[in-house]
Amino acid sequence: MTGGWLARFLLGRLLVLVPLLLLISLGVFSLLQLAPSTPERVLLGGRPATPEVLDAIRERYHLDDPFLIQYGRWLLGVIQLDFGTSIRAAEPVLPMIIRRLDITLFLGAFGFLIALVVGLLMGIVAALRRGTVLDRLLVAVSVMGVSAPAFASGILLLYLFGVVLDFFPVFGAGRGFVDRLWHLTLPAIALALSAMALIVKVTRAALIEELDRDYVAFARARGLSFRRVLFGYALRNALVSVVTASGLVLIYMLTGAVLVEVTFSLPGVGSLLVDAVQGLDIPLVQGLVIVLAVFIVVVHLVIDILYRLIDPRIRFGGAHG
Amino acid sequence: MAEIQVATPTTRSVPRQGGRWINTIPIALSLLVIGVVVAFAVLGELIAPRNPNQQNLFIGAVAPNDEFLLGTDQIGRDILSRIIAGARTALVGPMLVAVGGMTIGTMLGMLGGYIGGRLDALIMRWVDLMYSLPALLIAIVVIGVIGGGYVMAVLVLIILFSPADTRIVRAEALRQRPLPYIEAALTLGVPTWRIMFVHVFPNVLPVVVSYVFLDFAFGLVSLSGLSFLGLGVPPGTPDWGRMLFENRTVLFVNPLAAIAPGLMIVAAAASMNILGDWLYERFASSGAGR
Repeated sequence: MTGGWLARFLLGRLLVLVPLLLLISLGVFSLLQLAPSTPERVLLGGRPATPEVLDAIRERYHLDDPFLIQYGRWLLGVIQLDFGTSIRAAEPVLPMIIRRLDITLFLGAFGFLIALVVGLLMGIVAALRRGTVLDRLLVAVSVMGVSAPAFASGILLLYLFGVVLDFFPVFGAGRGFVDRLWHLTLPAIALALSAMALIVKVTRAALIEELDRDYVAFARARGLSFRRVLFGYALRNALVSVVTASGLVLIYMLTGAVLVEVTFSLPGVGSLLVDAVQGLDIPLVQGLVIVLAVFIVVVHLVIDILYRLIDPRIRFGGAHG
Repeated sequence: MAEIQVATPTTRSVPRQGGRWINTIPIALSLLVIGVVVAFAVLGELIAPRNPNQQNLFIGAVAPNDEFLLGTDQIGRDILSRIIAGARTALVGPMLVAVGGMTIGTMLGMLGGYIGGRLDALIMRWVDLMYSLPALLIAIVVIGVIGGGYVMAVLVLIILFSPADTRIVRAEALRQRPLPYIEAALTLGVPTWRIMFVHVFPNVLPVVVSYVFLDFAFGLVSLSGLSFLGLGVPPGTPDWGRMLFENRTVLFVNPLAAIAPGLMIVAAAASMNILGDWLYERFASSGAGR
């Protein structure tokens, strides 16, 4: 029963995830058809359209073929990591995305770490002091967080710490690790603020539930220290919900990253997506959405595996407890 | 996709300490904020000190003074008047999103939760799928590519919000299913549709109402996010999200031009969240909905 469950589980998941990715790719490919003007005009970008040029484009992109054949050809390219050519930049899409990836990944990891650490701490403290003024205050702070879109808190942070206090730089993404950490601190906090609330809420609720269980009273009665009961048992059990929630948080942060990158003018994947959408650079949009979809699927997969590792009951499919 | 089992806070086990004032003050403040926003939206031009679209390129962006209480933006438009005028898009859109999403959610959730079976499995498959995707990101791509502005943004968000609402209503309907009054109604031969709408629905209503408030808050945050990215209202419209984007550049001259609309979004959304949570707790403690 050691490694077998993982292989079986992964196989089962892939049977769901591969069709899902195919479905998303079909939706993404249809974007070209859904755009307000005709596909050849979209692919032409802003350049002047003569009948000859339009014909050339129709031929080059095989636009006269049936939809499903066009889709199949595009999908074959995507599988071979050929996402086509950007209309505006006139260069392959994938290298453009990869070049922007490091800032977004750095920002995301930094923000996620802040949200997780601070959110867990706030949730634990609120649960232990439940019903007190401190609990109400922590819950209120997290309500403010969920109500503050990343761009609003971003502007406020930018003004307070960048302009008034001049603690942090207001522009650029920095070079090298330390400088980048320095430049991305405010954006990461803005990103974390909006997502932290969910972690606080879930941690608090789950821990309160666990602390009310009989095994906690029993462990205390047997003389185990509260610290041991909290960290060894109650928190571990509460973590199952937190791990599930953190998957949602990571996915929610994708949206947050888009807003934060635009707010702080950071050249990441998020601002690339906004530029691509506004410029109707469809091949670039398609490439970006595919990359994001793969990321989302991987996050779900990792979360699914993680909580099976934490909670053996789910792993072995037992319904006891 | 992943089976999501996020525990919701069980308010029953929380002892109510800390005095009454700490519970009522946020509620009173929230009602005040919503009252002000509604007054802005209804009265609009009557209370705005000047025309929100009146440009004055000679003065450009100025800091707050006696003439312009919150200063002006890059092209000399009065910030206070634009904030007052912006209350309309901040109120109407999120309201449509919340009510529309909840209407779809209630119908699907009641069908799935009460009738169950294959229909329920199908609905839940859809809900789980949508739940695993980032709603606002889908909205950005769809609205950006198809166009359609504010109306399209509202429509897309209604569809994207409905899965979460479906999940909540379904859970409530499932809770009602085994209760004796349903059995009694079935025994008396009451038709299914009548049980659903006349008997189950009133019991689900408290949760529906409190989630409309929470959806409003998230709808406001999402819609102003789209406007911030230039995907909601047309350029030039006084809208809080749009103002934030346009006035980022004058942060050094008149910081309030960007910060004030930001604070309005946060205040309005937080108020709706607080009211929604409060209603939910009230219904929970009075026995309904839980």
